[in-house]
Amino acid sequence: MTPAGGLRVKTYLLISLMALFGPLGDVLLSKGMKRVGPLSSWAPADILRFFQATFTSSIVWLGIGSLFTFLIAYMLVLSWADFSYVQPASSMAYGVVAFLGYLLLRETVSTLRWVGIAIICAGVFIVGHTSPRTTEC
Amino acid sequence: MLLRETIFYLMIVVIGTGGELCVTRAMKTIGEVTDFRPASIFRVVIRAMKVGWMWLGLAQMTLAFFALLGMLSLENVSLVIPVSALSYAIGALGGKFFLGERVTKQRWAGVLLVCVGVALVFIGKG
Repeated sequence: MTPAGGLRVKTYLLISLMALFGPLGDVLLSKGMKRVGPLSSWAPADILRFFQATFTSSIVWLGIGSLFTFLIAYMLVLSWADFSYVQPASSMAYGVVAFLGYLLLRETVSTLRWVGIAIICAGVFIVGHTSPRTTEC
Repeated sequence: MLLRETIFYLMIVVIGTGGELCVTRAMKTIGEVTDFRPASIFRVVIRAMKVGWMWLGLAQMTLAFFALLGMLSLENVSLVIPVSALSYAIGALGGKFFLGERVTKQRWAGVLLVCVGVALVFIGKG
């Protein structure tokens, strides 16, 4: 495999990990936060209660663990690839998160929102066909 | 949209992207990672933690994370996460001016499409 080919393969691999663990973490956080409920006021006691309920939720911690895995993959890929490449290229996660929200959380996703997500993925496709690195490490 | 939601979205998009740009700068200081064995990855993480930009980035990303938790307690994940993709426009600008990346016309076109998609997701809130 050529060095450029190898670079692309490891970039795609890590972006795939990001596209899996990022949305999974978001969906788990969403489920956890729906159980916690919204912040009722900005009073210190209410803020404290909100954080206490948030960080004693096992679902929230599962979400944090998943997002931590995402962060490690993100940090590694950023060590060689452009930020303006990785950031949009990882946005296929937006399709995954909507799908998981629909499937696991029974969220209503309107047709227009699906169209918007498809356009986001088209943008991702275009960005994905540019060189991952335009600067010297 | 309520003031609370607007503030949360701004924190997610602006402060969160600022954090990612700082993390990128830190990781570029470390150099390309070529060894993916767990012990090597652990050493890379430790080295990254010694770079000031990493801490600035993580602090901003933590703030944005709390804003995300707040938003997720209010709205559906299938709305919150796609709308946060607006950070891509800020990210491309930050990549160009803060990190010195060459953002090609093709990449700008992709970013623009992402923004159009985000707008539709937001309008499709129903």
